[in-house]
Amino acid sequence: MSTVIETQGLTKHYGPIVAVESLNLCLQAGEVFGLLGPNGSGKTTTILMLLGLTEPTAGWARVLGEDPLRNPLEVKRRVGYMPDSVGFYDELTARENMRYTARLNGIPSSEGEERIDEALAAVGLSEVADRPVATYSRGMRQRLGLTEVLLKRPQVAILDEPTMGLDPEAAHEFLAMIRGLKARGITVLLSSHLLQQVQAVCDRVGLFHKGRLVLEGSVDALSERVLGGAYRIAVQATGDGLERLLSGIPGIVRVVQERPGTCRVEAQQDCRAEVARRVVAGGGQLLGLSLERATLDDVYARYFQEARHEA
Amino acid sequence: MKRRGSPWTGLGAILLKEMADHLSSIRMRLLEGLILLTAIGTVFAATQTLRQTIGEDPFLYLKILTSAQDPLPSFVAFMGFLIPLTAIALAFDAINGEYMRRTLSRVLAQPIYRDAVLLGKFLAGIFTLGITLLALWLLVTGLGILRLGVLPEGREVARGLAFILATLAYGGVWLALALLFSVVFRQPATSAMAAIAVWLFFAVFWEILAGLFFNIISATATGGPETELALANFRLFLSRLSPNTLYSETVLALLNPDVRALGPVLITQLEGAVRGTLLPLSQSLLLVWPQFTGLIATVIMLFAGAYVAFQRQEVRA
Repeated sequence: MSTVIETQGLTKHYGPIVAVESLNLCLQAGEVFGLLGPNGSGKTTTILMLLGLTEPTAGWARVLGEDPLRNPLEVKRRVGYMPDSVGFYDELTARENMRYTARLNGIPSSEGEERIDEALAAVGLSEVADRPVATYSRGMRQRLGLTEVLLKRPQVAILDEPTMGLDPEAAHEFLAMIRGLKARGITVLLSSHLLQQVQAVCDRVGLFHKGRLVLEGSVDALSERVLGGAYRIAVQATGDGLERLLSGIPGIVRVVQERPGTCRVEAQQDCRAEVARRVVAGGGQLLGLSLERATLDDVYARYFQEARHEA
Repeated sequence: MKRRGSPWTGLGAILLKEMADHLSSIRMRLLEGLILLTAIGTVFAATQTLRQTIGEDPFLYLKILTSAQDPLPSFVAFMGFLIPLTAIALAFDAINGEYMRRTLSRVLAQPIYRDAVLLGKFLAGIFTLGITLLALWLLVTGLGILRLGVLPEGREVARGLAFILATLAYGGVWLALALLFSVVFRQPATSAMAAIAVWLFFAVFWEILAGLFFNIISATATGGPETELALANFRLFLSRLSPNTLYSETVLALLNPDVRALGPVLITQLEGAVRGTLLPLSQSLLLVWPQFTGLIATVIMLFAGAYVAFQRQEVRA
């Protein structure tokens, strides 16, 4: 495994405003990495610095071993980028838009046509390729953005908010296409504030908060760290002292009574059997017992809750 | 820190796309139609009178361009009015239009430098103007051949081409100005208004202001003929700060071979001059060289301003 993207102390200030603060990031070849964070937390600025489109205040970045400041053309030749709210020349057709991109990339026109056809087919736009982009829906524009990335046959794809503004069905399809990028051996860096979706495709995620990367790792590892346990068990039972009864079980981190008769249990391992045994042994009636995997939403909510408490 | 790779990468692709846009845009069609109509109108009117005097004038094809027929102004006067308008229309939304359509970050993410984007857009505007002017001049000349039945001479053609070059430089000034405003202002409407305001200022108000300023200065000045000459030169200097003056002087000397000087001439300088003789093209060119250089310098300065502003701009919309 080789390092594809690496940053060291990457910092960007806009006057007194801190956009990104000493970011250390390391992406291995072939992985899908998710940059997560609320709007304005520095995700897009980070991406622009990686592409050499904006100058860092301090620190450095290497993309595919190249410095995006010194050699941006080489970086941009090998990296596909889809900006958030991607725009096209509306009066031109999708194919003409892609032809322009191919020409800007210096791809000879015969090869370019081939690549355009292939990329359009991969995202399912072949049928409508000769319609003006003005007639395209939001989802189709987004897919055209991905066409442009595929057209370059990049080693790295950087997608900024790829599912923003898409309906759930379209977002789902789009995520499948992102998985397709991984299957082609393309390293993917994507940014999003929609955690559930990111969780479905990312190998690793990094959480941004006010320009800082506050958490980094796989979704499971993060929930282990922030939530204290990766397993969440919902218990429905009648009987007194349910909370007390359950908190004695080894491996359980905390028990929260949500409503009378319903508890949420956080545990380091799957201890449903033990929970059932205790409830029944305690004279209660077990009505329901289900395991919920922790979602990024939980991690996120909990983390920022704690961050606020500390502040 | 030195960046690697050529700033010209992708210039050709941008140039071709922008020219295709210009030549097929409704905006340009409208302006071209307008220019065509005025050209045919003025040339028709000019040839009407020139037909009576064929043979008396050695530079018929220059007269077509410069002679005005009441109530129509001359072709040249119309050009001085329409070329800035066309140039502004070509460039006022060059950069901010890309921001509005959210295409700029996508284009800049391709392996090109910003230099190529700006220069490509500027050159596309210049080439479009050049093509329009050349076609127009050929049309006027063709119309002249049909109406007058005389073929243009080589020296007339040469002066005509010099006129096109000067007009292109003048158009370049307004093109570069509109380009600069398209970088500075985020709204295309604002940059269009700003460019038109500057043009109006120089077309209408500059002469008035320069006159007022000159009156204030000259009222306090007293002295002999030397002071008067200095004042006259100063008046000319004020007027020449406007690109419109530079252009009209250039055109005046290029299209009228009998113009020998663009400014005050002392009686001693006329000693030995043969009255009524015409200047050869090389001498006319020498005469307008400062004006022409001034126009080119203005273009370069404005483009440099746009370049610096664009390089420092943040890409994110």
